[in-house]
Parts: sequence; C-alpha cells; structure tokens
Amino acid sequence: MGSITGTMGCRSSVADRRSEKVIRAAILIQNWYRLTMARLEMRRRYSLSIFQSIEYADEQDQLQLSDFFTFMLDHCTPPDSVSHAFTSPSVSQVVDEAFDVQEFENKICVPDSYYGPRLSFPLTVEHANALLHAFRNEQLLHARYVLQLLYETKKVLKEMPNITHLSTSYSKEITVCGDLHGNLDDLLLIFYKNGLPSEQNCYVFNGDFVDRGKNSMEIIIILFAFLLIYPNYLHLNRGNHEDYILNLRYGFTKEVSKKYKDHGNQILFLLRDVFSWLPLATIIDSKVLILHGGISDTTDLDFLNALERSKDQVKERIPATRSTKHMATRNVAGKARRLSSSGSTEPSGSNLPPEPTPKEWKQILDILWSDPRSQNGCTPNKARGGGCYFGPDVTAELFRRYNLKLLIRSHEFKPEGYEISHNGKVITIFSASNYYEEGSNRGAYIKLNPELIPRFVQYQVSKYTLRHSLQDRVGTIESTALKFLREKICAHRSELTSAFAQYDPEGTGRISVNDWAAAMESVLQLNLPWRILRSQLALLSPDGKVDCMSCFGDLEIAQPVKEVQPALAETLCRYRKDLEIIFNIIDKDQSGLISLEEFSQTWKLFTSHLGITYSESLDKLVLSMDYNKDGYIDFNEFLEAFHVVHRLQKKVDS
Amino acid sequence: MATARGCLPWRRRGTARRQECSALGSVARNCILQAKDDAVAEIEKKIIEAFEVFDQGGDKTVSIRDIGSIVRSLGCFPTEAEIHELLANVEKEEPTGYIHLEKFLSVITKVLLDRSYQPIPEDVLLHAFEALDENKCGYITKEELVKYMTGEGEPFTEEEMEDMLSTALDPETNTLHYRDYILKLIVE
Repeated sequence: MGSITGTMGCRSSVADRRSEKVIRAAILIQNWYRLTMARLEMRRRYSLSIFQSIEYADEQDQLQLSDFFTFMLDHCTPPDSVSHAFTSPSVSQVVDEAFDVQEFENKICVPDSYYGPRLSFPLTVEHANALLHAFRNEQLLHARYVLQLLYETKKVLKEMPNITHLSTSYSKEITVCGDLHGNLDDLLLIFYKNGLPSEQNCYVFNGDFVDRGKNSMEIIIILFAFLLIYPNYLHLNRGNHEDYILNLRYGFTKEVSKKYKDHGNQILFLLRDVFSWLPLATIIDSKVLILHGGISDTTDLDFLNALERSKDQVKERIPATRSTKHMATRNVAGKARRLSSSGSTEPSGSNLPPEPTPKEWKQILDILWSDPRSQNGCTPNKARGGGCYFGPDVTAELFRRYNLKLLIRSHEFKPEGYEISHNGKVITIFSASNYYEEGSNRGAYIKLNPELIPRFVQYQVSKYTLRHSLQDRVGTIESTALKFLREKICAHRSELTSAFAQYDPEGTGRISVNDWAAAMESVLQLNLPWRILRSQLALLSPDGKVDCMSCFGDLEIAQPVKEVQPALAETLCRYRKDLEIIFNIIDKDQSGLISLEEFSQTWKLFTSHLGITYSESLDKLVLSMDYNKDGYIDFNEFLEAFHVVHRLQKKVDS
Repeated sequence: MATARGCLPWRRRGTARRQECSALGSVARNCILQAKDDAVAEIEKKIIEAFEVFDQGGDKTVSIRDIGSIVRSLGCFPTEAEIHELLANVEKEEPTGYIHLEKFLSVITKVLLDRSYQPIPEDVLLHAFEALDENKCGYITKEELVKYMTGEGEPFTEEEMEDMLSTALDPETNTLHYRDYILKLIVE
C-alpha cells in the first residue's frame, strides 16, 4: 500500500482496441483496490489510536486514584490473621527477616502429586530449561518455589546499583527487549530466535514484564531464574507496571490470586518488595542509556544513581491534571494519609517504608512514565497524567551533559515494534506483539554491537497457521476498538447529552457533524478523528445531521444486572474498574463475596480516618446492601450500593 | 466486515455514500455564494483529521508513503500518477520524506473543492472486470489476474499483489469470481 512505484503504462502506440480496453480496466481495478486498501489502512490506524487514547486515559485515572488504593491496601486489615501477616507492611518486615529459602521449605510442603518443575538453590541452567518446558505446557510452578525464587531474586537485586553499567567488550552483542506485558509467547519466540541468555548472549529487559497478558507470572519467573543464573548477563530495568498499585487494575494481581489460591497474598507481598528493588536504568559502554519511559529537563543521572530506590514511590501524590472528580478522591486519601502518618489511628504500627522526597519521586516518575515528542521542550504528560513529554532539545542536553550517544526506551506501543525519533537519538522498543488485539502490531528487539549500531529484529506471534487476510485482521482490531470506545461513550452519557444539547437549542435531537465532533471531543478528550468515526458511532438523519442519541445505541452490557437503568449503566461503565479493585481489596480471601465482618472492618477504618459519624447502626447498612439477604455482599450488590450513594452525592453537590 | 449498524445491503450503502458525496458537492457549490469560509473550514477539518490519524509522532507531519492512503481515505480516486504529481508539488521545497500539515492542507483542500479525482461508479468497476474476462465465464484465473495487475496499467507491487490474492481468490479453484469480489471492495 501507498508505494509509489507505478507509472502509467504507455503502450498506446502499439495497442489495439482490446489491449487499450484491458489497460483501462486494469487501471480502474487497481485504482479501486488501492482505495479499498487506503480505507482499510485508515481503519487500522484509527483503531490503534482508539486503543492508545483509551489506554492512556485509563492510566491517568489509575495514577490519580493510586493514593486512595494504597491507603486502602495498607490499612485494610482482613479479619483472619493468617493473611494479615502478608498484607500489612510492618509485620512483613518481621516475616522477611525470619523467612529464608529453608524456611519456605519447612513451612510449605510440595505434595508428591505435584508434577511441575522442582527447583533447588542455587539455580542451574537445567532448572531454567525445566521451567521453560513446563510453561510451554501450561504447567504452574509450585508456590513454594515461587516464593523461594522471589526471595533469592530480592537478595540479588538488593546488591545491584540503581544504574547498571555494561560493556560490549565482554559479550559481542547485547540484546535489548521492551515491554512484554505478560505475553509469554513473545518471550519464548525471542529466546527461540535469539537464543537463551548466557555468558555469550547478554540481555537487557527494559521493564513492563507484567500486566495485561495472561502469563505475567511465568515471564517474571523465567526472567528472575535467568537473573539468578547469570546475574552479569541478564539485566532488568524497572517499568511503570512493576508497581503493585498498577497491577491491581491491569491484571497481574488477579492473575497471581487466581494461579496461587493459598499463597497468592504472600507472593504478591514479596513481589511488591522485589519490584521496588529492580534497577532503574542500564548504560552500555558509557554511551547508550536504557530506561523504561524517558527523561525530563531535570533528569539527573547522578542523583538517580544515588537515591534509595526501594522507597515506596507509588504512594506519593500525583499532580492533578484533569478533572475535579479525582481531586475529591485524592483529598480524601490525602487527609487519611496525614492522619495515618501521625500515628494516631495507625492500625499496624509506624514501620511503613520511608517515603521518597518529592525530588526523588519526580526523578523516578519522569524516567518511568515519560514519552518523547518531536517538539522541543519539556511539558507535563497530559495523556498519561504522569511523567512528561520531552523534545529533541531535552535529549540533546542530557546527551551533552553525560556524553551519551543513544537513548533506548520502551513504554509506548509501536505498530512496527520499534520507532526511531529525535533524529536517531531516541529508540522506542516494544516487544509485545498483538498487544491490543490479534494482529494489531509486531514486536521487536534490538541487537547492539560493539560499534553501538542498533539492529532491529521484528516478529509477530501468530496462533493461526493460515495467514489471515488484511481485511479480517483489520476487522477484528476495529471491532474491538469500537467496542471499547462505545463503552467509553456510554460511560459519559449524561455529559455527552448535555454537550449535544448546547449545540441543539431547539431540542431537535440532531446536530451537525461538526458540532457532534466538537461535543464528543470536549467531553471525552481522547483526541480521536470523530468525523471519520462518525459513520461507525452514530446515524445520520436524512438532512445530513447526526442523530445524537444514536451513539448510545447498541452497547451490549455484559453485566448480569437485571433491568439496568440508563443512569446505573453509565455509573457502572465509568467506575466499574475502580470499584472492582476496591471490592477485591476488601475481599481479602478472594471469595467473590464480602462478608459482614470484612465490610464492617473496612467501614470502621473509613469512618475513623475520614472523621465521619454515621448514626445508624452498621448492621442496618450492611443489611440494606445485601439485597438477596444471604449475609454476604457480592459484587453486584456492591455496585448497586455505590450507585445509590453516587446519586445521592450528586444531588448534594448540585 | 459489516458492523451491527452497517449491515445495510451494499447497494443501499453505496447510494447513501453517494448522497453524502453529492451533499458535500452541493454544499461546496452553494458556499461559493454564501458561507464559503464555512465549507472550506469544514473540509479542512476533515482533512486535518485524516492527516492526524497518520501523524504518528503528533508533530504535524506524515510520511510521503502515507499520502496515497490519506487522499484516498478522503474519498478521492486519484491514480498513482496523479499522486506522484501531487507529491512532486508538495515536496518541491523540502524533500525530507515527510510532509507538513500546512503544505498538505493547502493542496488537498483545493483538490477536494475542485473535486479533481472523481469517484468511479461501481458499475464501471463491474465492466472493468468483464473486460478482463474474455470468455465471459464470470471469473478470472489467478494467472490472468497476476498478469493484468502486475503487467498492465499502474502495476501492483509484489506486496499489493500478494495481499489481493490472499483475499480475492477462491482457495479451491484459484479463481476470482468478480461479482462477489466487487461486493467486498465496495463494503470496505
């Protein structure tokens, strides 16, 4: 597509009527075909834009709410004391000291019936091979070995500096991989094409190993195993997703709880610690800087190298960049934090890990979250809500200061798996193929030789042996993208309706395409080509205007809620993800039900921290939420209760 | 590929599209007398949107390789030669391989307002296939198709040819039944 190699066939001098007719027919068909392909390419591109815009908007929500979630996680003490030990940081310190590899062996027994791989420490290449083999066959590693592996990994990581220095003189080429996001097939394919890590085959994995994909756990295990075997030849940089708060939303927490029912909390707690010890950056031959997100105009490598990286970065305040809705939540959490740090109502002592200073926090947030842009300057990263956008001048200045030649970063989806920007100075490498949907993109990795000239290797994992036609592939990507977008639209139904009304003073229900596009963008702020998307989202009336209500049309609501009222559907669409996270935090035993006890614990916690006095008895409140009167609150009941409160709150506000 | 909302029969969709086109056309004509600026602004917005979909770095430039896709996705039917000509015009000053929005906008707005690259009606497409189908049997063999598409007119690249074959051919007979295939091209 889009190649410009064709020229007009000029053979009219020898052509008889038949061949002239054939040429004209051929041109016409070629023309039509190219138009069809252009439209297809347009659809592919806007689908990817939809995915990316929604992804970033979502990340922004998550960052804004991270304070609140952290607060809940830290203080939500479950009623049973067994899991208590592994969710409260202060107690875990003790656990940490006391437990070692031997301890896990004594405490957790592996039954004879377990047929997965068995590990012993120190790990060997045979163990790593056994793990690869097991994961290819969809086996799980037993929780005991996982805990032992994590424990050993933490010990090794703790000894590493924040910034790792490598040299190409020891190994001829160094391979750099970007985001994997739980796509095990991509990691296996990289190893298949490029060989396993070894003394001769050095790897740098540049963060975002987990979340989104189904096999984050397996990826972590394989990477950590090779790290233990070859600590000098496999290097890991932290990504923004190596963060327990982000894991709550993007699936890794869920994956661990599902795969490890008994020891999930223990594993999660240890992971939180391991993640905080991941190095922040790698520098090759003092010339190539590798880190996950990017840089800012204040990025100070010496400072980054010196700070204490294991401090709990995520718990920090995030600058509010968008809506006041989040401000409210932030203030609530912020207030609670102040109370908790004063120690007055601290349920679990004051042994919380030290919080980073604002400067430390900004330095780390910038390198984990930033994206390059081609405009000069350094501006806040509006789409993501964290980090910044940095221009070629910012890159040039950093290179000058530290005498660098190349910046390799990941963090951003790229259809081809990599992208070169800032005049060749910045490379984005993204290793998760089919990231948004089957066929949405290729993955890639970089081979860096001693001359430090990067070579790119692209690949795409395909589950199907038959190559799907471009039409089918684009169709799949497009329909998924549009489904996400329609959900987003329904989640903002009332705001959109009033935005439409502003352009429609007479209340005809119809507005011009131009006004419709403006209204959509003003509410959703996704920076999407609304005029082009119009035909997929809303109907035109005979006078050429958009029928406003038609864009709320055919959303299939997957919730098992009976008789969904429109307002409820909107609330659910918008807050479902947040509420699910909160529900899961309260539901410590992951039973899918919140017991009365779990609920009252949480309630007491909230009321005492927020200084609310609630006159009616708690039992009455719980009973009112428990519609089917089975003594438990399930997720639907929880959503319904939230909706009622939300509606009342809105009334109070207005 | 029809979405839930788009499952109108192709003919009706085709007609609807033509109506939209002609609506645009009449607007463009009327505006010369009245709200010319409005119409130009509207067309410009359409162009900017299409342009931005292909502007990956968000820096108001696109690769010249994507110009064909952008122009065509705006509903124009330029030939490759015409795209060449267009590129020669916009790239004259700085042959960087990238084209800036401003430059592109001024050229393409004129193209759309003048309706330079007229849409080709669908029935003409059917005639074109019939012209290649010498024996009037309703299909074209793979060999014939490759011969015509890569040897005549504005020849397909290898990639284009491969892509077309992968969707156009009936895998069992290795032939292209063009009446069915036209539906595919048009629904897209």
